[in-house]
Order: sequence, then structure tokens, then C-alpha cells
Amino acid sequence: MTGPVAIVVLVNGARVEASVEPRLTLADFLRTRLRLTGTHLGCEHGICGACTILLDGQAARACLLLAVQCDGHRVTTVEGLSPPTGLSKLQACFRRHHALQCGFCTPGMVVTAHALLAESPHPTRAQIEDAISGNLCRCTGYIPIVDAIADAARDGTR
Amino acid sequence: MKPPAFDYVRAHDVAHAVSLLAAHGADATPLAGGQSLMPALNFRLASPALLVDLNAIGELSACAVDDDGSLLIGATARHRHVETSSTVARGWPLLAHAMGSVAHVAIRNRGTIGGSLCHADPSAEWPALCIACEAHIELRSARGTRDVAAADFMSGLFTTVRASDELLVRVRFPRWPATRRWGFREVARRRGDFAIAGTACTVDVDAAGACTDARVVVFGVADGPVRASASEAALRGRRPDAAAIRAAAVAALTGLEPRSDAHASSAYRLELVRTLTARALGDALGVPA
Amino acid sequence: MSGETGDVTRGHVGRALARFEDERFLRGEGCFVADFERPDLCHAVVVRSTVAAGRVRAIDASAALALPGVLRVLTHADLGKLGDVRPIPIRVGALEGLERFLQRPLAHERVRYVGEPLAVVIADDPYVAEDGADLVFAEIEPQDPVVTIAGALEGTRLAHPEIGTNVAAQHVAARGDVDAAFARAEYIRRERFTCHRHSSVPLETRGLVAEWDAGSGTLRVWGATKAPFFARRTLATLLGLEERQVEQIELDVGGSFGARGEFYPEDLLVPFAAMQVGRPVKWIEDRRENLIAMNHSREMTCELEIAARRDGTILALRGALAADLGAYARTTGGIVPAKAASFLPGPYAIGHVAIDVRAVVTNKTPCGTCRGPGRYEANFFRERLIDLMCADLGLDPADVRLRNLVPPERMPYATGRLVPYEPPGAYDSGDYPAVCREALERIGYAGLSPQRGCLVDGRWHGVGIACFVDSSGGGPPEQARVRASGSGRFRLDSGASSSGQGQQTTYAQILADVLGVEPSAIDVHLGSTTGLSRGVGTFHGRGIVMGGSAVRRAGEAFVAGLLEEAARRSGAPRDTLAFAAGGVVRAADGTVVLSIDALVGARDSGDAAAAALLDVEASHAQSGATFEYGTQVAHVAIDPGTWEVEVVRFLTVEDCGHVVNPLVVHGQVIGASVQGLGGTLLEEFRYDEHGQMTSGTFADYLLPTSTDFPHVEGYSADHAPSPLNPLGAKGVGEGATGGVGGAVANAVADALRSFGVKIVDLPITPDRLFALVQAARGREGTAVPYFALGASSEFV
Repeated sequence: MTGPVAIVVLVNGARVEASVEPRLTLADFLRTRLRLTGTHLGCEHGICGACTILLDGQAARACLLLAVQCDGHRVTTVEGLSPPTGLSKLQACFRRHHALQCGFCTPGMVVTAHALLAESPHPTRAQIEDAISGNLCRCTGYIPIVDAIADAARDGTR
Repeated sequence: MKPPAFDYVRAHDVAHAVSLLAAHGADATPLAGGQSLMPALNFRLASPALLVDLNAIGELSACAVDDDGSLLIGATARHRHVETSSTVARGWPLLAHAMGSVAHVAIRNRGTIGGSLCHADPSAEWPALCIACEAHIELRSARGTRDVAAADFMSGLFTTVRASDELLVRVRFPRWPATRRWGFREVARRRGDFAIAGTACTVDVDAAGACTDARVVVFGVADGPVRASASEAALRGRRPDAAAIRAAAVAALTGLEPRSDAHASSAYRLELVRTLTARALGDALGVPA
Repeated sequence: MSGETGDVTRGHVGRALARFEDERFLRGEGCFVADFERPDLCHAVVVRSTVAAGRVRAIDASAALALPGVLRVLTHADLGKLGDVRPIPIRVGALEGLERFLQRPLAHERVRYVGEPLAVVIADDPYVAEDGADLVFAEIEPQDPVVTIAGALEGTRLAHPEIGTNVAAQHVAARGDVDAAFARAEYIRRERFTCHRHSSVPLETRGLVAEWDAGSGTLRVWGATKAPFFARRTLATLLGLEERQVEQIELDVGGSFGARGEFYPEDLLVPFAAMQVGRPVKWIEDRRENLIAMNHSREMTCELEIAARRDGTILALRGALAADLGAYARTTGGIVPAKAASFLPGPYAIGHVAIDVRAVVTNKTPCGTCRGPGRYEANFFRERLIDLMCADLGLDPADVRLRNLVPPERMPYATGRLVPYEPPGAYDSGDYPAVCREALERIGYAGLSPQRGCLVDGRWHGVGIACFVDSSGGGPPEQARVRASGSGRFRLDSGASSSGQGQQTTYAQILADVLGVEPSAIDVHLGSTTGLSRGVGTFHGRGIVMGGSAVRRAGEAFVAGLLEEAARRSGAPRDTLAFAAGGVVRAADGTVVLSIDALVGARDSGDAAAAALLDVEASHAQSGATFEYGTQVAHVAIDPGTWEVEVVRFLTVEDCGHVVNPLVVHGQVIGASVQGLGGTLLEEFRYDEHGQMTSGTFADYLLPTSTDFPHVEGYSADHAPSPLNPLGAKGVGEGATGGVGGAVANAVADALRSFGVKIVDLPITPDRLFALVQAARGREGTAVPYFALGASSEFV
């Protein structure tokens, strides 16, 4: 069996060196080794979206990535999309529209919304609904989340 | 739901990957997008001895038009790349459009054509799209290279003709004639879910508007995609109007024995095949539904 | 105690205040139990039965124990060291007979459902713990399981052979004289309905961290919610500890919807493991386990008969319902069948009711409460039957609702004694017809008439109505504790829990009004047993009704105590003094008579009297429940080529009395509606004939997504605040799930009225609709539309 593998990953702009078992998922690497617990595990089979992060700037499921795969790559989590204190414009829109209740899906939603607005700064409502259709929320019924992202898009900044 | 232990190696080029498969055979599992393999590992439905990571091989992810006008999509080209490529949208619009039905953006950012074809899920879009476009799949091993027509690649449920020492390297999509029309319809329980049934079609029409050739592929209903040759025969040589399309849709049911599962009975799948084939052909031929 | 019309509101209650808790969640800084660490933690994985019924011959953990990193494997034999292993008790809904079917934390000689805990593997690392669990081999001699309600009633196969029956409890819920009512009825119809198994399925799975501090003899458990005080009592009893030795601490909670926090086997096993291993133990359930091991719900059949006059006036309801409890009676006892029966008459003035109620056991996952327990099912049965009556009698469903809804002049409306473990009840207040009319107005009911049952733009359109009433609050009193922290800040501890309902903000709003401070000056702590002397939790809409009222009472007691002290010290009459944020002042000129900061200083110097003044607990007790109510309307469009059902529009008008935070209330209504829509059209726990649960992943158990129900609206009405609590509030967390099944089913039936199908079963899926239509075609030949491509109907 392969022993631990040395990896170097850029996480939220910081260079991280680690030695990981091949089977360690990126989600568990972030959560347990780096104590970045904002990335949540809701299903571990890629459907719920709670573990969504950015890999080289593109949304991806951390539960479906191995830490070893990320050697030499750039990972951004919800913590990396938050300002040093307070809330980003996008996050403030979520708050304003009550786009979260229990907060468990929220990091994945924020990362997904961020990726959407980076690619499509002025999405239609239907495009927003489609973009977050891979993120499950059990509390809000989604409409306030769509409202929040539409508001953030109107504002023009993230 | 943590994966079982395995060995891991990152292949640095195609030759390296091929040599690893030659050395380890069935003990080696290629890792492309991981969007099907990782869930299998997390559920411990698979216990590979060695994962061969293909994601660092640049040439494997290339997507470009060849000298003869055919489209070469590398095995590890992402669904999202195909979806957003203006080259693909211009020359093979069926592919760009159908990608929007594959799961969700975060999955499409990682998932690959090679992974999808080798996984051979009967509900997946890529196997059907490849048949509808008469694509060819290139497999490489230490023993050499071989070309397999898309229609011959899947051999059963989650089974392909790929030998365990073969690497799917790329897929070639012949250039479309200017007169080619296309249609794509699928039904899933929710946006992005696996298709309960779907129809992908390409139809060539002549100057008079008559159908000279067609490829009608039904997926999600059997062990693999099914070429609805009776549908194609019903269309060939005719100027397709609503009645012809309806007849072709009914013909798509010929010989079909769809599976029943939790989401759909066999009879309901048949109904869907008829509806979706009619609508896909209607879209392709501009016949108002 | 009766509600007060206190004059203390200074305007925070009623404001759509953005929530305080949001910032940490948005930044990824929430602390859910999986995020929580203790030094020297080890990890537990539960080994579960893969067989639905059988005798356990042996459990071989030797291979697991040989794996490096595996510390212990606990089985029933280890539990036996506690002495007689007691079962998990019923918390509420104790129907007679259920006590025979309680669950022990680990299967002993028999397993009774796939997913039943058999052993616990503890290892240094969760990956290794799972490796270990794969190496625990249980030798089980399988037996034929009983997997349906019909099978359970028939009784050949028994889930508990030693007890000799699958009928765990049976009673009759009745009021009036049904026989006489049926005898004089001009119209009678009887139907059989089924509601399918589905459940809460929150996005966060269950989890616990437990730590035994042998030095102080304290057991700490993190991850509590819903009913932490009951969990503390139960855990102490099962482990032979004193209650004061056990702490249940609530962290952030990823949704509950009824299923979380109801003492599960793991709530004993994980703390027990911590005591055995001598290290803190963390257990985080994965999704595969969660779908099989967290309470299921809703599976119920109902034969229901309606008696009415030809004008649609409903005289009586009579029938029998049977609810599947799964393999064991859980902490929530027989709430689901009991409440289903009691809510069958719903918000209508139906004087005569008689329902035979049975709770049966099967070899499936045990069932508990799920948002609107029993209500969702009952509303579906009744609202469908009312519409079937309307179709028979040629009456409009809206007219019949308005004809039968309890009118405001009949409030409070006595409901009789329909629940064996509760005294006779009464709907407290409300204008049911006004809310119904508002819902009809908002959906544009009259204007939709031309589309109903017709093919429009290639789809069959239908509109359906459901009226609901739901209860909240009542039960044991809730507790709150107010303490001054100094520097203008206050600490509030509540016995209530939060799983996302916003109490960190709404409780601050309530207390802020009483204390005359900004809500941001109040630090709110919820759920944990460590913050106050007693408490209950959050369920049955208690969050605002009981918890919020307790906050108000604690605040008022805090203020009253300081006013009294100020009057005593200054000799001034109490009515010349007023309370302002800094303390007590002379109302006339604002001179400070008693300063909170001064008292804080005295407290910190050891003045016990000052300390007592600054630390006040109070409770809110309520003689009965409050009753929120509403009307829901669904507009659907069905594609006859694919049988897909689009919910074109869904709306709810609900009266939950006085609203503390409109943003939070609206969020609850939308969220509850979408959860109900998911339950009606997407979600289902399916079992095969071997008792294997086949909806084992999120690809099979389908939760609603953002594209499924984008047109859902919620509106608040406030016609009749509750007279039972000082806030005038009623619950709102669950009501809007309750009528969804009925409204959508009625809309689908309306759309397909020319197809000769009868909609009496849930869920409603394209596959099932197709089967119904095919069966009808088979019966009637080609008299009904066969295949429609588009705007014109095509006959093939």
C-alpha cells in the first residue's frame, strides 16, 4: 500500500504542505487537517452540494476529490470568499433576504453563487435557479436564496 | 462513507498511463473526473487496488478540430468544456446542448467524456450522443491502438469492450454536413438527474426537405442506448410532417423491452420513448409539436 | 396564567430584522457537531443489521479488533454491564400498548429492521473505524419480515413474535353521534386513501460528541437539540447516573423538521462508548445510515367515509386509519396516528366524528414525528374526500370549504376529546373563512376557472384547495433565564432549542422590547441543559409560543424585580419609577435610582443580593395549545406526453397570530410549503418484499431542488391573536406543510377529471399517474384522450 503522499496545495491563497493518505478526501483534508470546517458534508456522493468549493476557480464537490489530486492546484473555500471581518456583498444579500435558516447548506450556496456571478454577472432568475439546482436546501425553499443572488447581481459586485 | 484504502499514482503522460494499466491490469482503475468513481468508493461499492490519476495528462484533455474537420475530444475533456465551447456549439450543436442535462455545473466541471463512456451507465447522455453522431472511440494499450465505433463500445449494463489494460484516449466525431438537423429530449425526475428516458437524434435532409438519413438513439430505457432503426427507416426518403414524425415515434418502440425500476415502469418508459422521440424529431425538423 | 396585553413593546417585535446568527453561517464559521473537537478524540461507527428480521446468533468482531487503530468494539454484552438494559422510553404520545414495543440501544437476540444497531466500533480515525465496521460479522438467521400495513394487520408474520401481535395500540377518536348523522345524511361516500413513507431528512446528518470526565463524574454530550432536557434525564437513567451528572449541550443544528433530537440508540451508545474507552468519542452519521436509521414517518392508510347534505354541508366523518410505526415505538409514541385522527375534521365544523385508530409495527425503520405529524396525512385524506364529494354533487370546492369552515362566531370551537392522552381541546381563535377567501382571491380562483380540467398550451390544468388547522405550544412550561452581563449587555438562556428557526434573533427582539435595549445587546443561548435550571426544547411550534413567551415573562420578572428593589431602596412609589436600559429611573425626570452597572459591580464583589437581582428565571405555562390555521391553493399543469406535473403556482395564507419577525415567519411558510411539495411529488422511502430499503441514496430519495417549485408564495394574516400567551402568537413552523398533499392532489384530480382516474394515494409521480391513466383506458377503451403532442389533442 502506498504510504502517505506529500502534497502542496494553495488553500485560500495560503501555501499548505501536507502528507496525506491517498484515500483522504479533499473535504476531510480541509475540515480535519486544516480545520476549515465551513465546507460541510451532507451526503458524500456528490448530490447535496454542501461540500462545494472552488478548484482552480471552478466549482467542484470536495467529497468527490482526493486531497492527493489537489497537489499543485488552488482550492478556495467559503472562508476564502469571506472578507477578514463582516460579510461580502453577496453574503450581505443572503442575510438581507433571509436566504439561510439552519446554515448547513449555506457555504456551498455561497461558493456556487460566487462561481455563477464570476462567470455570468447578470444572470436571469431562471439561470440562477438552474445554477443552484445542484445545492440542496431543506429549510428555505430556495426562493429567498434566488432573491439574494439576484439582488447581488443587480448590485454588480461580489 | 469513507473510501477504502488504495494505492495512488499520478500518470504524467499517456505512455505512462498505458504502461501502468499493462502492468496492473484489472487491479488498476483509471481516475478521470471521479464523479462516478468517487461515489462508488465512498459507498465502498468498489475497492480498487491502484488508482491511476489521469488528470495531469495535458494531451488527454484536448478538444480540437482535426484536419479533416472531425472533432477530437480527449478522454479527460470536461463536460463543462464541451458545453461552453463555441467550436462544439458551431459544428456539433447536439453535444453542447445535451451537456446542459448532465447533472449540475459542479459535476460538469470535473466529469469527463472518457469517464462517462467507460462507466457505461444506461441513463447517461454521452453513450447515446456518440452513437447519434456515429463517433469513434480510440483505445490504446501496450498492445497497440484500436478504433471502436460508438455503437459497438457498450456491451451491456455498465460494461464496455474496453479491456482492463486499455486506456480510452479520445473520441472522434465526424464532421457534420451542413444539412444536418438535431434534436435532444430527456425526462428526469428533477433537473440534472439521470434520464428515465431520452432521445437523441440527428437527421440529414436534402434540398427538397426530404430525409436522406437519420440516427435516432433512445437511452435510459435498456441496458445501453438503443438505435431506433425502425424509426430511422420510417423517416428515410420522406418529407417529414407531423404524421410521419408520429409514425417514426411509434416505430421507436419496436423491439424495446424497457426495464422497470423505482422511478419508472417499463410501460411508462415506452410512453416516454414515444413522446420524446416525437418531440426530438419535431425539434430537429421544425415541425410544430 | 392568562395572556397580558402588556404595554412594553417598543417596536422590535414585529420588525423584519435580519438575523444575528447569519454572519457566522455565511462565513463558514458555524459550529455543527461534526465541526466540534475535543482533545484526544476517537471516532465511532455503528454496525447495523443488513437483514430486516432475524435471530442474532453471534457477532464476531475479532477481525475488526485486529485492525491497527481500532480501539474497542461494543456489543450488547458490554451494555449488559450496566445491568438490565432498559429500553428507550416514550417522551410523548403514550398510547396504551406501545410500552411493549420499545427499542433497546443495541439489538440483542433479534433484529427487527435493516439499519438496527448491532455494535459500535471505536477507532482513532473515522476512516479506520469504517474499515473496522466492515470487519464485524454478524451471524443472523433471517426470518420473513412483515413490510406493509396490510401485512401487519393480517398478522401472519410478526415483527415482535414474543408479543403476538403487530397492533401496538388501538383506540377510537370520537365526538358527537356519527351513527345518527350518517342515518340522516343525504349523501354518503367512502374511500380508501394511502399516504407514503417519507420523512424529515435534514441536510445535516445526526452526530454526537461525548466525553466522560471521571474526575468530576460529569458526562458531557454535544449535539443535543429539540428535547435536550428529556435527553439528559433519559441518558442519566439508562446509565445509572444522576441527572446533575449529565450535560446536554446544543451546538449549531442543521435542521430537524421533527426527526432530530428524539433520543435514539446512538444517544446512549456514544456516551456509553466514551465512558468505556475513557476518551471523548465522536460519532457522525453518514447519509447512507441517515436514510435508514433516522426516524421515518407518514406511512398511513385510511378508510374514510363522509356524510353530508346535498348542499355540501358536512355532517360527519367516520372511518379507520392505520399508521406504520416501523419496528419499534419511538420516543414520540403514537403521536402520528393519534394526531392524524384528531386533525381529520380539520378546520371544519363537523360535529360528529368516529375514527378507529391503529398503530402497527413492521420490520422497517422506526417512525417518529415529521413536520406537521399526522396533519399532513389527515389533511390529504379529508381534503380529497371533500373534493370527491364536490365532484359527485356538482358543487364548487371553494364554496364547500367556505360553507363548512368553523366561523369566527363559533370560536373557541370545542373539539371534544379526540386524543387519548390529552384533555378535551378547543380551537382558540381565528377567522377561518376570511383566510380562505384571501387565498382564493390571491390565486385568482375565479379567473382560473376556464382552465380547470382543460388542455391549455398542451397541458392539463387543475386547481386544488386544502384548508388546515394546526396546533402549537401547550405541554410542559418553557423556561428562560435573563442575566445582566454588564456594560449594557444581557445574557438570555432559553430551554428552547434552535435548528434554524431564528431564535437567536427573535428571542432577542422579544427581550429587547421588555428591557428597552437594542436586540444586539442580548446574547442568546439555546437548548443546552447547562444554562438554566430546567427546560424542554423546541417542537410542536413551541419556539415562539412557549419559548418566546417564557423570554417575555423572564424579562418582565427581571424588570419587576429591579423596580421593586428600586422602590424599596428609594422609598418612592413604584408607579413613579420606570425601567430604562441602564436601570431604574424616576419617570418624571429620568434620574437614575438604581443602576444595573452598579449592581453588576456589587455582584462581582460578592454581593449575593445584587447577584440575585441580576439573574432571573421564569417560565411560561399554557393551559392548552394555540391553533394556527390557513388555506393552501395549488395550480398544476400536467404534460400528457410525459405525465410530469408542474406546480405552476402554490400559495399559502396562514394566520399565526402576532408575528415577532415577518422575515422569519415568511421563511417558515415557504420552507414548509416546499418541504410538503417535495413530500407529495418527489420523496419516498421504498421497501422491497425482503424489508430492504431501496431509496438508499440521494439519487433515489429525491429532495426538492431550486428548479422544482420556483413559484411558491406565503402570506400572513393576523385576524385573531392567541389569547393564551403574552405575545398573542401561534406557531408557524409546521402548518404550511400540512395542507400541501391535499391541495396538490386535489389540483391533479381537477386537471385529470376527464380521464376517469381516482387520486387517492400519495406520492403523486409521473409513473403513477401514467399507470392510473392506463388502467382507466383499459377499463373505458378509447373514450378518453390518449396522446397529445401539443395544443391540439390527438387521438391515436
